[in-house]
Amino acid sequence: MNAFVPDGVALILAIPAATAAILALTPGYRLSARLNVLSAFLTLMAALSLFVRKPETGPYILVDDLNIVFIVLNTFVAFTTSVFSASYIAHELEIGRLTPVQLRFYHAMYQLLLFGMNLALVANNIGLMWVAIEMATLTTVLMVGVYRTPEAIEAAWKYFILGSVGIALALFGTILVYMAARPVVGEGLDGMVWTVLIAHVAAFDPAQLNLAFVFLMLGYGTKVGLAPLHAWLPDAHAEGPTPISAVLSGLLLNVALYAVLRFKLLLDGNSGAIAPGPLMAILGLVSLVFAAFMLYRRRDIKRMFAYSSIEHMGIIAFAFGIGGPLANFAGLLHMIMHSLTKSAIFFTVGHISQVKGTQKIADIRGLTVTHPMLGWGLVIGVFAIAGLPPFGMFMSEFLVVSSTFARAPWLAIPLVGGLLVAFGALLLRLHGMAFGEPSGDVAPVKASSLPIAAHFGLVLMAGIWLPPPLVAWFQHVASLLR
Amino acid sequence: MKGLSFDLAHLLAGGLVLVSFMLLYQNRLYSLLNVFALQAVVLALSVAWQAYVQGAPHLYVTAAIAIVFKAMVIPIALHRIIARLGIHREVEIVGSLGPTMIAGMGLVALSMVVMLRVTADADPLAREDLAFALSVVMLGLLMMVTRRNAVSQVVGFMSLENGLILAATGAKGMPLVVEISVAFSVLVAFIVIGVFLFRIRERFDTVDVQALDQFQGGRR
Repeated sequence: MNAFVPDGVALILAIPAATAAILALTPGYRLSARLNVLSAFLTLMAALSLFVRKPETGPYILVDDLNIVFIVLNTFVAFTTSVFSASYIAHELEIGRLTPVQLRFYHAMYQLLLFGMNLALVANNIGLMWVAIEMATLTTVLMVGVYRTPEAIEAAWKYFILGSVGIALALFGTILVYMAARPVVGEGLDGMVWTVLIAHVAAFDPAQLNLAFVFLMLGYGTKVGLAPLHAWLPDAHAEGPTPISAVLSGLLLNVALYAVLRFKLLLDGNSGAIAPGPLMAILGLVSLVFAAFMLYRRRDIKRMFAYSSIEHMGIIAFAFGIGGPLANFAGLLHMIMHSLTKSAIFFTVGHISQVKGTQKIADIRGLTVTHPMLGWGLVIGVFAIAGLPPFGMFMSEFLVVSSTFARAPWLAIPLVGGLLVAFGALLLRLHGMAFGEPSGDVAPVKASSLPIAAHFGLVLMAGIWLPPPLVAWFQHVASLLR
Repeated sequence: MKGLSFDLAHLLAGGLVLVSFMLLYQNRLYSLLNVFALQAVVLALSVAWQAYVQGAPHLYVTAAIAIVFKAMVIPIALHRIIARLGIHREVEIVGSLGPTMIAGMGLVALSMVVMLRVTADADPLAREDLAFALSVVMLGLLMMVTRRNAVSQVVGFMSLENGLILAATGAKGMPLVVEISVAFSVLVAFIVIGVFLFRIRERFDTVDVQALDQFQGGRR
């Protein structure tokens, strides 16, 4: 078993794991924040090296054209978030919201989370994938509760209980997949290796696969934040440190979605099993419409963008559920655009709530006057996330809508309706925050504008011009997804 | 496949479902913990029997984890936490006992119908085990839903997890079972430490989850 030779995969796992151990022992925030950034950067480089040289597929590790997109996106956003985190955390330390010990813990957990997510993405073994997602969940629970306020503990507890139930159901589904595979591929390790499963899936018992997918969809769907199992998501986003909100929305939801996609591929390969697409499409559509209406009633800025994440995960699940080359292409593009945009919005919101000392939307006014950089950053972010041209999300949403018209026209009505409702809610709230009479603290802020600018730049570029090789690559991946 | 080995496995798995029902109607925290410890012992016996029948020595590790960690360490730790934090000893149940028990029976019937029909071709031992395991999982979920008290929600989660371990060991030759049971133990340990470290009692004056909910009422 030569699965762990030092290559890109070994590095993207070893660097975060080793850094987590080092950071747990490093006192002083300047050093640890820099180490955090450096480690995230090296992990990104290692992930990019996977394009050049892919490791051999082993019983535990798999890098194919599908998950390499997720890995690179994951490590890139993790790197920019670590840059943002460095400036954000410095401020939290200044105002005494975090103690140095908590900070050490925070940095170690951040790297451990990256390790868990990377492991889940490269896992070829569905059991290993489950363990990795469980680990990633645990670390985020600990980070959501890091402020130790009653609200933070309440959020962490809720996340903990719902997340645990979700991963418990996912494990039951995983066991059922193994049971379905056992008569065909035999006992032992092979029964959990995804590449073996997909090669033999046509011969599996369809009834067992169906039941397994229901559990997996509900279990990992909880982690994706699909309604009606989304209840943990707004609280976890609102009460934890903002870098964690960015990582949760931008990355962890994607990792859970990736797990669902892998199992969807399995079911697609078996002609007797139910089509998994409609189930995903319906859950996605319900999440989209529900979250769009919930957006109107939010008073907390981070909670509002958390609901927007539910909305967008709904769109992505819907796109993959509709299936077909165009919708899959749109789903992939939308996922990447959402990760970049939403994490950049959280970077902006993090600085805004630090300056104003509040997360209440009503207390944040006239940002473009007092803090032009943050105010206009928020305006750009909301325009991008609401799907206005010329940003990338306009293109991906347009593709989702047009492929829906082509394949299931009547589904386009709730889809477009939900998009418009969400659009209205976001602009309504944005108007008060960005314009109007300035209120609250007007002191300038030491914000790290680089990560924000980098993300919005990429989103803008994707909306105007996607390089042809990239388009070809996405089309190739989309065709893999059926 | 009939015979002693099948009957014993059947008996132990059925015993697990029975103890799950016992968990449902406990209204005192200490007795709840004792019944949970009993469930962990039954699970350990069941897993050990599977290890013997399947000739899979690594499953003995899972059985050992169940008996040491779940039947001893966790209940004792929770006992001490309850005493230390002065948590109310009585468990508040949402709704009344009768409907809860009937719902529990309905869930067990549902899991039997679903699992036995779906796995018609699988070997009988694994099939019955899975049906019982799904029942235990469902009863654990029901318990988490009907309790307001954080400690008994944790116990509900742990009994749900016992059902999963039963399913994993029943699936003959399943890899990574030991790793998964270790991962679950870490998760449970974190929850228990969390109850203690977060000092839910100190913060909220009661460990009722309803009190937790009030904190977010004003800020939505």
